[in-house]
Amino acid sequence: MTQTAWIIPFLPLLAFTMIVFFLRWKEKVASGFSIAMIVIDWVLSLIILAEALGRHGASYEAKILLTSFKTFNLELGILIDPLTAMMLVIVTTVGSCVQIYSLGYMKDDPRFSRFYAYLSLFLFSMLGLVLANNYFMIFIFWELVGLTSYLLISFWFEKKTAADAGKKAFITTRVGDLGFIVGLMLIAAYCGTFNYQGVFEKAASGTVPVGILTAAAIFIFCGAVGKSAQFPLHVWLPDAMEGPTPVSALIHAATMVAAGVYLVARSMPLFVTSADASMVVASIGLITAFIAASIGLVQNDIKRILAYSTVSQLGYMIMALGLYGYDTANGEHSAGYVAGTLHLMTHACFKGLLFLGAGSVIHAVHTNDIQEMGGLRAKQPRTAMTFMIASLAIAGIFPLSGFWSKDEIVASTAHHPLFFVLTLTIAFMTAFYMWRLCFLTFFGQPRNQHRYDHAHESPGTMTWPLVFLAALSVCAGWVALPWLEHGFSSFVYHGEPHHAEPEYLLMIVSTLVSLSGIGLAWLMYHRKAISADQVAAKFKPIYTLLYNKYYFDELYDLIIVRPIVNLGNKLWSFDANVVDGAVNGTAWLTVVWSDAKQWFDATIVDGAVNGAGWLVRQSAAGLRFLQSGTLQFYALFIAGLVAAIGLYRYFGISYTPTTTGLVTIFFLIGLIVLWYVSRSIWRRSTPAAAAEVEEHSVRVEDK
Amino acid sequence: MGPLSSLVYFPLIGMVIVMCLPKEAKVAIRWTSVGASIIPLVVSFALTIDYFFGHAATGLMAYVEGPYDWIPSLNVQYYLGADGISIPLLALTGLLSTLSLLASFNIENRVKEYFAFFLLLEAGMMGVFVALDFFLFYIFWEVMLVPMYFLIGVWGGPRKEYAAIKFFLYTLFGSIFMLVAILILYFTSTPHTLNMMTLIQSGSRLPYMLQMICFIFFFIAFAIKVPVWPFHTWLPDAHVEAPTAVSVILAGVLLKMGTYGMLRVSWPMFPAALKDMAFWIALLGAIGIIYGALVSMAQKDLKKLVAYSSVSHMGYCMLALGAFSSAQAITGCMFQMVSHGLITGALFLLVGVLYERAHTREIAAFGGLGSKLPVYSSIMFFFAMASLGLPGLSGFVSEVMIFLGSFGAVNQVLVGISVLGVVLGAAYILRMVQRVFLGDFDLAKWGKLTEINTLELVTVTPLMVLTLWIGVYPKPLVDLMSATLNKLITLMQR
Repeated sequence: MTQTAWIIPFLPLLAFTMIVFFLRWKEKVASGFSIAMIVIDWVLSLIILAEALGRHGASYEAKILLTSFKTFNLELGILIDPLTAMMLVIVTTVGSCVQIYSLGYMKDDPRFSRFYAYLSLFLFSMLGLVLANNYFMIFIFWELVGLTSYLLISFWFEKKTAADAGKKAFITTRVGDLGFIVGLMLIAAYCGTFNYQGVFEKAASGTVPVGILTAAAIFIFCGAVGKSAQFPLHVWLPDAMEGPTPVSALIHAATMVAAGVYLVARSMPLFVTSADASMVVASIGLITAFIAASIGLVQNDIKRILAYSTVSQLGYMIMALGLYGYDTANGEHSAGYVAGTLHLMTHACFKGLLFLGAGSVIHAVHTNDIQEMGGLRAKQPRTAMTFMIASLAIAGIFPLSGFWSKDEIVASTAHHPLFFVLTLTIAFMTAFYMWRLCFLTFFGQPRNQHRYDHAHESPGTMTWPLVFLAALSVCAGWVALPWLEHGFSSFVYHGEPHHAEPEYLLMIVSTLVSLSGIGLAWLMYHRKAISADQVAAKFKPIYTLLYNKYYFDELYDLIIVRPIVNLGNKLWSFDANVVDGAVNGTAWLTVVWSDAKQWFDATIVDGAVNGAGWLVRQSAAGLRFLQSGTLQFYALFIAGLVAAIGLYRYFGISYTPTTTGLVTIFFLIGLIVLWYVSRSIWRRSTPAAAAEVEEHSVRVEDK
Repeated sequence: MGPLSSLVYFPLIGMVIVMCLPKEAKVAIRWTSVGASIIPLVVSFALTIDYFFGHAATGLMAYVEGPYDWIPSLNVQYYLGADGISIPLLALTGLLSTLSLLASFNIENRVKEYFAFFLLLEAGMMGVFVALDFFLFYIFWEVMLVPMYFLIGVWGGPRKEYAAIKFFLYTLFGSIFMLVAILILYFTSTPHTLNMMTLIQSGSRLPYMLQMICFIFFFIAFAIKVPVWPFHTWLPDAHVEAPTAVSVILAGVLLKMGTYGMLRVSWPMFPAALKDMAFWIALLGAIGIIYGALVSMAQKDLKKLVAYSSVSHMGYCMLALGAFSSAQAITGCMFQMVSHGLITGALFLLVGVLYERAHTREIAAFGGLGSKLPVYSSIMFFFAMASLGLPGLSGFVSEVMIFLGSFGAVNQVLVGISVLGVVLGAAYILRMVQRVFLGDFDLAKWGKLTEINTLELVTVTPLMVLTLWIGVYPKPLVDLMSATLNKLITLMQR
């Protein structure tokens, strides 16, 4: 079966295609087909797990070439090792339960078929992500699960909060993916391949500088921070609860958000080469686990409490993996890898169950607010029972699954006192908030009689998956019983198989911590021996801070979202005014310039031409009077001329430029005097002719 | 007539026939035009397939016609040819032309002139991609301007005259520089020639200063066409005013001419100048990516948003062109050209579909269309996802190739900053999707909106199929181009 494992993701893809193109209007067939595909996948996954167990940790890889470049190849391929086999079983198990459960939960939804189509598309992407044999391919499916997560969070897109939440989830995780892409670029540039095995060999060979490996590991971890909702990108997951509850169970609790943990576990050979990167991972995990658990203490929305719980538990896993990388890089043994992967598995069971249980409650009372619930144990016995089993499991009570994985996590912090203390603190908080939730929901008196009266146990399609998951929540941890010779640790162990001795003291301590958390919740919310309100009032600032989730949303809105939107608006006006202004300004200058030239042309150049003509006309109009045709005038003129020449000769003035000039001037003056005189004579003699001339000259000017 | 000439002349013949038809015969005019564009479509796809099997391995120039003497006294030749970078663009042009003509059936005003101009435009576009002689290249380059000017200026929106003149003058301004550069090349070559293939050899031997001048002059001409930031402002105006089909052609084909010109002409011809300018080109690309995305976010008009997203997406091409030494980056650039043509072409078609019914493109006017128009919304969502680079669709392949390729080939900080475009892209696309398709549906206002009709479906379906195909299986397209690109990269690195 392992050789044909590639078929696994294609079955849900087939379901998606069939529903979209053919079965959209046949709701029963659509959901039936989709469920059939995932159940087949589940069976196949179990076979693959069995085969992987038979191979004792050896892996199987198959690949085809997608496209090749000079420097390296892009391939599609599958890698099946114990980690993959485990993830396949987790995804298909929860996937099957959720799909069956949704038959009841989504029964009357107008987009019922579409819901199944999206679920199938998600399962295709998730299974592809798990099976991938290289970083490029995991990134492809990584983005596709992001898309389906978006589609499913915004499934009821008429609600603004749902549409907002989907957008927020997509964009926030993309911020993490940004780092992932840079990590991919570093890997491509320095390792020359994306294949896991190839990258790890290159990393181990010591030919790549440690600084580069650290950077690559941290950048890849950024992807995990986004997808697994780690601090500081954890803000999207609680909002993602706007999606239908089965979606929250499948995607935002059991599988997709675990993809980040899976990525870190998968890249472990890279992290063990860099203690620094591993310490970053561990610290982020711890911070996340603490922040989320503390917020979970005071919330009132049943799904949001579970969401913060999920964030916190994912932080646990990430921390354990980070510590493993750190200790291994420093040459010490650590239980962190087993702890992280084991907790990934057990958490999927009990958190999936918790969400489906919460869905069953919400289905009954039509509210998410636990302050309006209470006493539902009587109305929903099966839901209450299974929910409490899961709550015990997550609190880490012997011998439920959570006990074993949490114990391993606590054990992995053994070398780090600060981590140890905080991990136990978080365990305490977890036990407290989970049982606060249980007591407020299922015990005590109903706080909203109307809702209580209408509550009812959910149909079998919804409760049977709960029972199944409850059984798993009890048993799933037993694969890691410390007394087993070939248990989980030797199956999934990275590097040398390692068998840890059971540490009874640790078990007792962590159990006591959990029990005290449950005990405090019992005192406060069941016995009411301690008033929750008084505690809240006493620690008002802390309570307010936690109730408002450390104001992360407000902070991000203030320092990231708004500035970017503002920058967009500013750049737009910059674009319109400055960049385009320069273009339009150039055009305007050109127009102004040509206008100026037009004016110059019309006024100066053409003016000069017209002016010359005007001058000629004007002088002609004047000089024509010399041609008066009056004989006496001509005689006078000649006499004057002769007299002038005679005078000139008589005084014997020599021809020098000065004298010539003077004479010429006198001559002209004389001429003008003559002209004036003759004109007045002529005018007086022939007034009619004068009028005619005036008219003529006006006509010329008009032209 | 060889196959490449037929790509140019069939639209021209179609244009002549359309002009001879009486202007009342609208149906005949429409179908004649579609018919005249289907022939080049079929030929270009046949050439693609033939090139893929026959020539892609070598990447050589194929289907060469000429060089025939055309104006012997100037040594101008009729010289056509196609290789791995022109073939996919020819197919893209063929496809988008036919689809745009189909999308133009709703034009009722001056039908005859519209389709005649459209066919002339197609001839010009085809010509640019097949010309191997600068004279011919320049002619085709300029020939496109005229029909484009009229298509925007006559059939456009409210500010059509402004947009048309801006487009025309801006592009013409760039062409002048190109003409000067071509003349420099012509007069420095011995014997004087305009043959691009010869000039690619001799251009690299020019003195450094002259190379730099020619490079910059060509760059201005091509950059305006791409458009590279900060030469981009004609684009939003032209897009917003142009009729739907013209927007499709503008975004799908015309923008590609700029990057095609760079790859065909200025990059391989002036390697010394290219080497020194590479950083600045990548910088302009990075600015374009971020700037375009941020400005898209501020848009209130759907078409303008898509237009600015083009600025951002063509920025990826420029980033890759700055990283010319990486085969992957340059392949990514070509891939992005094809992919952007398909995706943005489809987005403009779809915006047109909505505008046709709602008579507004204001994003804020809509909301909740997803519940009323499921088919239309799904298709729009498909292309929105393709535009933001979702894996499995073509945009992702090109983005990843460009990022991975350019990381080792230009300043790494620049590439790191460009990656921000991925998040900003998601932000503006999802904001748009949310405001138009999600949320409450205003039944009173948009109750009469009708679903996408069959003809419109026919126009977008091929684009969907191709976007998905080359997104899922990019190998054939990469193989089609890679040999040619490797040869060009060798030339660029001389």
